[in-house]
Amino acid sequence: MSPTIILDIGLITMLLVIAFAIIRMRSLFAVVMLQGVYSLVCAAWFVTLDAVDVAFTEAAVGAGVSTVLMLAAMLLADRESKEVSLRRQIAPIIIVVMTGLALFYAIGDMPLYGDANSPVNSHVGADYLKLTEKDIHIPNVVTAVLASYRGFDTFGETVVIFAAGLGVLLLLGLNGNAGKWRAKPNGVRVGRSPAPAARLKAGASVIAPDAMPKPKAKVAPKKPRGRPRKTAAKKTTTNKKA
Amino acid sequence: MNPHSILRVVSKFLIPFIAVFAFYVQFHGDFGPGGGFQAGVILAASVILYALIFGLDAAKKAVPPSWVRIGMMIGVLLYGGTGVATWMLGGEFLNYGVFTPDHPSHGQHYGILLVELGVLFAVASVMLAIFYAFGSRQAELSDEDW
Repeated sequence: MSPTIILDIGLITMLLVIAFAIIRMRSLFAVVMLQGVYSLVCAAWFVTLDAVDVAFTEAAVGAGVSTVLMLAAMLLADRESKEVSLRRQIAPIIIVVMTGLALFYAIGDMPLYGDANSPVNSHVGADYLKLTEKDIHIPNVVTAVLASYRGFDTFGETVVIFAAGLGVLLLLGLNGNAGKWRAKPNGVRVGRSPAPAARLKAGASVIAPDAMPKPKAKVAPKKPRGRPRKTAAKKTTTNKKA
Repeated sequence: MNPHSILRVVSKFLIPFIAVFAFYVQFHGDFGPGGGFQAGVILAASVILYALIFGLDAAKKAVPPSWVRIGMMIGVLLYGGTGVATWMLGGEFLNYGVFTPDHPSHGQHYGILLVELGVLFAVASVMLAIFYAFGSRQAELSDEDW
């Protein structure tokens, strides 16, 4: 057995362990952090498979930015996930097991790892490898395929990313809906704080659940500070336009 | 006295290097792994790290949300504009060879540079926009949450 195979097996074992830990964890903070670790191990595994560009993206997007975004989203929700009753776990586990069995069944049709006659390595992929040197004169074939041969696809990807950002901005606004959004648990408007609904589940009289006394104390003074700044910023922009 | 002095000092030292590394990844993408997507994410990560350590308001002062909004559009327009420019010069959409008819490979270099720059703008701005949008919705982290 070559050393890279041993490395692969070790990394995949780590991925399995982390995946089970993510499933079993109740603390959402730990789950988000473990997802980052999962992405990082994935990136290491991609490096052993010689897919350096993919590993780079996985490390930057999966371990870096998406962890931060998940953290930001998590802060709007509870810190602990609730227990799920066994009855509700049956259907998901059946789906997961069936999918896993189907994937194992499909392994037989997969080309061997590094097979020179596999579809990836034979048709258009081989042409790209040959022609990049002649057509474009750059050593990194991945960039040539991404930006030149497959420029249309990359344009589509860029537009998809743009659309994703546009969607988030239309829903939330760059300043978190400019502070206009208010949680209304049971239709009752609670306080002036911009706290999300999940934090206010206790009802109108008790605003902060006893689990988190601190954020409430921080929210109240933050609001007046944020408000005038925003209006001031708006004024300056209108002045500029005028 | 701020309780996170070490974090502040270390990140203040690291953030310029992260940003410069993003540009290295961007402009070295022809020769090594990397390109617009990775560089954009790394550039956004440097601003996000700044926001995590020094607060969202400080980050919004450094990189105003209006820049982010404009950057998204510049990215897509730069990419699409490159395609339209190749059209105008008589080639197919995104056929960069027409930029320098004598040396098509040079045109390819210019085209790839422009296109990757568009991807950099779009990805970095969108990542920051999503972070700003989510980050602005909640109270600042209390010290116990660290």
